[in-house]
Amino acid sequence: MSHGPSASGGAIVAAPPTDAHHDVPYEPVFVGTARAELDTILSRYPTKQAALLPALWMIQDARGWISPAAMEEVASVLAITPAYVKGVVSFYTMYHQHPVGRHFIQVCTTTPCNVCGAEDVVKAFLEHTGCADLGLTSADGRFTVIEVECLGACGFATPVMINNAFVDAVTPDAVPRIVSELA
Amino acid sequence: MGYPHPSHPRETPVLSRYFGDPGARTLDGWRQRGGYDALQQALATDPQELQTIVKDSGLRGRGGAGFPTGMKWSFMKPDGKTHYLCCNADESEPGTFKDREIMRWTPHGLVEGVALAAHAIYAETAYIYIRGEFTEPYAYVTRAVEDAYAAGILGANAMGSGRRVDVHVHRGAGAYICGEETALMNSLEGRRGNPRIKPPFPAVAGLFGKPTTINNVETLTTVPYIIKNGADWYKQFGRPDNPKSIGTKLFSVCGNISRPGNYEVALGFPMGEFLNELCGGPLPGREIKAVIPGGSSVPILTREEAEAAIMDYEGMVAAGTMLGSGGVIVFDDRQDMVRQIARLTRFYAHESCAQCSQCREGTAWTTRIMERIRDGEGTAEDLDTLLAIAENMSGKTICVLSDSCATPVVSGLRKFRHEFEARIAANRSMVTVTGASRAPAA
Ligand SMILES: Cc1cc2nc3c(=O)[nH]c(=O)nc-3n(C[C@H](O)[C@H](O)[C@H](O)COP(=O)(O)O)c2cc1C
Ligand code: SF4
Ligand code: FES
Repeated sequence: MSHGPSASGGAIVAAPPTDAHHDVPYEPVFVGTARAELDTILSRYPTKQAALLPALWMIQDARGWISPAAMEEVASVLAITPAYVKGVVSFYTMYHQHPVGRHFIQVCTTTPCNVCGAEDVVKAFLEHTGCADLGLTSADGRFTVIEVECLGACGFATPVMINNAFVDAVTPDAVPRIVSELA
Repeated sequence: MGYPHPSHPRETPVLSRYFGDPGARTLDGWRQRGGYDALQQALATDPQELQTIVKDSGLRGRGGAGFPTGMKWSFMKPDGKTHYLCCNADESEPGTFKDREIMRWTPHGLVEGVALAAHAIYAETAYIYIRGEFTEPYAYVTRAVEDAYAAGILGANAMGSGRRVDVHVHRGAGAYICGEETALMNSLEGRRGNPRIKPPFPAVAGLFGKPTTINNVETLTTVPYIIKNGADWYKQFGRPDNPKSIGTKLFSVCGNISRPGNYEVALGFPMGEFLNELCGGPLPGREIKAVIPGGSSVPILTREEAEAAIMDYEGMVAAGTMLGSGGVIVFDDRQDMVRQIARLTRFYAHESCAQCSQCREGTAWTTRIMERIRDGEGTAEDLDTLLAIAENMSGKTICVLSDSCATPVVSGLRKFRHEFEARIAANRSMVTVTGASRAPAA
């Protein structure tokens, strides 16, 4: 279960949903090729509900986060309730219930990485991205930095996940270059 | 091999032979290396016979619990029901990163093992559940599955055998608990990843309520080698005096060590030589202080205990710990054990699925107390409170995540009590009046 962005107990600050623009109509995700892709996924399982995690990934890949309106769309496509969808979304740490920076940076600080200096890597990312704190997006909208629990790459300390890509063996010295290469 | 380091002569690379060799990743490359011969052979063999070979080989589950694989498979009978195979690729136990390398370098090795096991348990459908963060392994395994379908290895007539074998890759979304077998099944069904109360066991009512077998990536990738070379070939790996621990095992080594990485050795390897020869010993000018030898959920060893331990299931129990997932975490003399144990308990507090009160509350209380001791605000009673909470967290919950949080606290307090006491002695705010000290604020 996710209890916030900071594994070491820092501030937990999240932006309120920005999906409440009733004047902007919601554009559905599951139309055209995306609908066909979902149908292929559905054919792999004996229940519709089993396609929920894959469908949520499709939403997040398309929109960057999973808004309440998107949860309603998934619910109607899979014949489940929006409340059920929200219950599932909120269980898993990787689904964003709020917009995040263009580059979502996750630094592992669990014990095996921690003993290799992972907390200094976190500090370097906060400093060089201009993010005021863990979980907060930088003013230019480029970055959000969080601490994450074991990424399953402990021999490559400190691994950092930037959106879908892994960067292995990051040291504080390497952080300015990594950040400058992210548009 | 000791990937990312060259293979050490004392390793026994079976699964890791092609780590670092991108040629093994493709379907053609895998076939050139003898891949899919075992599957072809197995699809023409009666499942019962495959179960017997795996039972005879002595293979035990590599996901952490060490359950005999052949016995697990033998719960699956030709009863005419729909059966499922789940491959557990959720690898999230701190210290463990072996399944990641298997999937990155030999994705077809995994697909072959999954297809073979599906046939052996009378299943037509298998799901590989990969943790959401493993984007690169996910891409390689998905590609391998697609290529295997295109080549007719998977599908309605797998390798021309007349049997249907479907393999699907399913991506998780961030939750350590989904590595617990019944939580994984719930997650695959599109639910919150809460472990289920057992019984019923998965072999009776598992995924979608059907008889299900679940195995770890390393376990399943090993099976084709056993089918191809025979149970007797596999039995050569292990100590002669311990028939209960057979085979090669990947150990992931991390933390304060000269050459972190994955090492594959025959079970029964001496841990002292493992740490100091294969892994290069401590970092220059440092000394090893403690080792957690089997992923973060197993008891901590002192350096002396670790160096005397034998790396197999029974050897680790004799050393007072467990083989677990084979994730070896090394701490050197710079490390503050209180701080690091507190960090581990925070991991478990974060990952508790919160169904059981002993776990939900216990992981949080333990973390709060550990962190106040870390911060020099602990009291002498805190140590007793920690042990009392640990007692209440062990053996009383739906799954063993709760016990796993208690383990480093109890073993850490037993072996590094002086570090806890030094932290508490440094607490100047503590009122030291005999018989009346501050109540724990937990
Ligand atoms: C909290 C928890 C987390 C687990 N995580 C994993 C995991 O990431 N990978 C894994 O293979 N087994 C994990 N297991 C063990 C599985 O429940 C199960 O025993 C294993 O997948 C069976 O496969 P095997 O017999 O091949 O080892 C976990 C167990 C618990 C209690
Ligand atoms: S022990 Fe913890 S993680 Fe396991 S089922 Fe209970 S609350 Fe969930
Ligand atoms: S502890 Fe950092 S990747 Fe495992």
